[in-house]
Amino acid sequence: MILSQIKVLDHQEITPSYHRMVLESPAIARGAQPGQFLHIRISDRHEPFLRRPFSIHRVRREKEGQGEIEILYEVVGRGTEFLSKRQQGEYLDILGPLGNGFRIGSEGRRIEKGALLIGGGIGVAPLVFLCEELITNHQLPVTVLLGAKSQDNLLCEEDFRKLGALIKIATEDGSCGHHGLVTDLLPTVSPPSSPIYTCGPYPMLKAIARATQEYHLSCQVSLEAHMACGVGACLGCGLKTRQGYKYVCKDGPVFDACEVIWDD
Amino acid sequence: MIKPNLEANIGGLRMKNPVMVASGTFGYGEEYGDLVDLNRLGAVVVKGITLEPKEGCPPPRIVETSCGMLNAVGLENVGVKAFIKERLPHLRGFDVPIIVNINGKDAKEYGVLAKILDGVEGISGLEVNISCPNVKAGGIYFGQDQAATYEVVTRVREVTNLPLIVKLTPNVTDITLIAKEAARAGADGLSLINTILGMAIDIHTRRPKLANITGGLSGPAIKPIALRMVWQVAQVVDLPIVGQGGIMTAEDAIEFILAGAKAIAVGTATFVNPKASIEIIEGIEEYLLREGIEDINALRM
Repeated sequence: MILSQIKVLDHQEITPSYHRMVLESPAIARGAQPGQFLHIRISDRHEPFLRRPFSIHRVRREKEGQGEIEILYEVVGRGTEFLSKRQQGEYLDILGPLGNGFRIGSEGRRIEKGALLIGGGIGVAPLVFLCEELITNHQLPVTVLLGAKSQDNLLCEEDFRKLGALIKIATEDGSCGHHGLVTDLLPTVSPPSSPIYTCGPYPMLKAIARATQEYHLSCQVSLEAHMACGVGACLGCGLKTRQGYKYVCKDGPVFDACEVIWDD
Repeated sequence: MIKPNLEANIGGLRMKNPVMVASGTFGYGEEYGDLVDLNRLGAVVVKGITLEPKEGCPPPRIVETSCGMLNAVGLENVGVKAFIKERLPHLRGFDVPIIVNINGKDAKEYGVLAKILDGVEGISGLEVNISCPNVKAGGIYFGQDQAATYEVVTRVREVTNLPLIVKLTPNVTDITLIAKEAARAGADGLSLINTILGMAIDIHTRRPKLANITGGLSGPAIKPIALRMVWQVAQVVDLPIVGQGGIMTAEDAIEFILAGAKAIAVGTATFVNPKASIEIIEGIEEYLLREGIEDINALRM
């Protein structure tokens, strides 16, 4: 866990609501795991007051002593609106990498057949980092199911394609791929026994959790919550689990779908 | 120039500087271990403890507000036994006084908790929380009632010689009346203020933003109120005060000392800037040097 002033190397508007920010931090890049997040101070004044968590979208750390981290975010409120105005060359106060990321394989067992990644909307952000890890470092075949409201909101298709993943798309308005929800694509995937890694809106995660439990599949979900500290001190991001309350920031943000008690 | 003296004494609890980290904002000390050297702090007030483990409120538990935040965590904690067995050993490894924040369901339970903690190695003082705004049974009524305040503090005083700091709620019409009762019952110091009861509503869902509906407001939004209450209490009660409520910077901390506080506690600021407490210690020292004041205890309005 590192707290430092980090330089914005690049900040691009992909569409008016989606932005990609590249940050210079060899130390964070070196230690980051897919699924972990950065806790970013948006303003050095009192507004917006709290830090905001952003999952790590990509990491570049090939060269010794160099390292970049990327976040991909959607402008949804005051915090992200403020962030969207920060310019290349500015410095941001960042705490990270935080939390427990995706676990690849379990109890020392290797994943044999490959992995299935399911991303809804801006939830694809951490899955690009994970996909790269699975394909480049674990030589595993990866299938990605991408869901969005419409083609305009479809993110990272090209990134996954370049990494060599098989991609299936669903849009709610039918403007690209399957007309419907990304969860509709679940039965079309083979082999069905691949472990699932997913991030997206709560109803989507809940539906996937339900489906995977039915088929006894391994499924890890990356959750979000309002949080203050990011390190397990304030207990603000409590999550109901079968083992009592856990914390999205410290125990998660990635959880086994079967341990979460899903709200109605 | 000689380094100014920063030492503070709260009813026999000696600190190398007047900066504590407030209960509920610093966990059990381990959470910020990578970022903050606990040895540099004046004292650590640990997360509020109850007799039995407590599950706390359902989520959402926090919400950001203008210049602050609301929380309704509901005193979630591991319980006093697990605290002593599992959390305290780590804290003993540091050269910093540990103050345990205690919360009872009734006056008797406060006494039971104090008795369990009395004499336990590594505990330097107790903060008697009579002001948590989230759990009705856990406190708010004590701190809003003079007789109940007197009874709770008396029960705790009877069973321990540890320095007792009573943490007052601002959710009262006249905080000086409660402060006087705590003093009369044998408190060694007063902590003020706890969070101010507040609320936020989501206009899209038309529901309260907190599952608990109401929660405690903290952060710089409450600083002027906290400062006013510290000043009011300092006028009428001759006990050392730990000032808190929205302190973000050394300047804020110095305002509290000028208002009459002997020490201060950094709370919500730590969430925003994990190193706030350390920067405040450094800032106070720089201020004293700049102003030519040799001892923080000589700093007066």
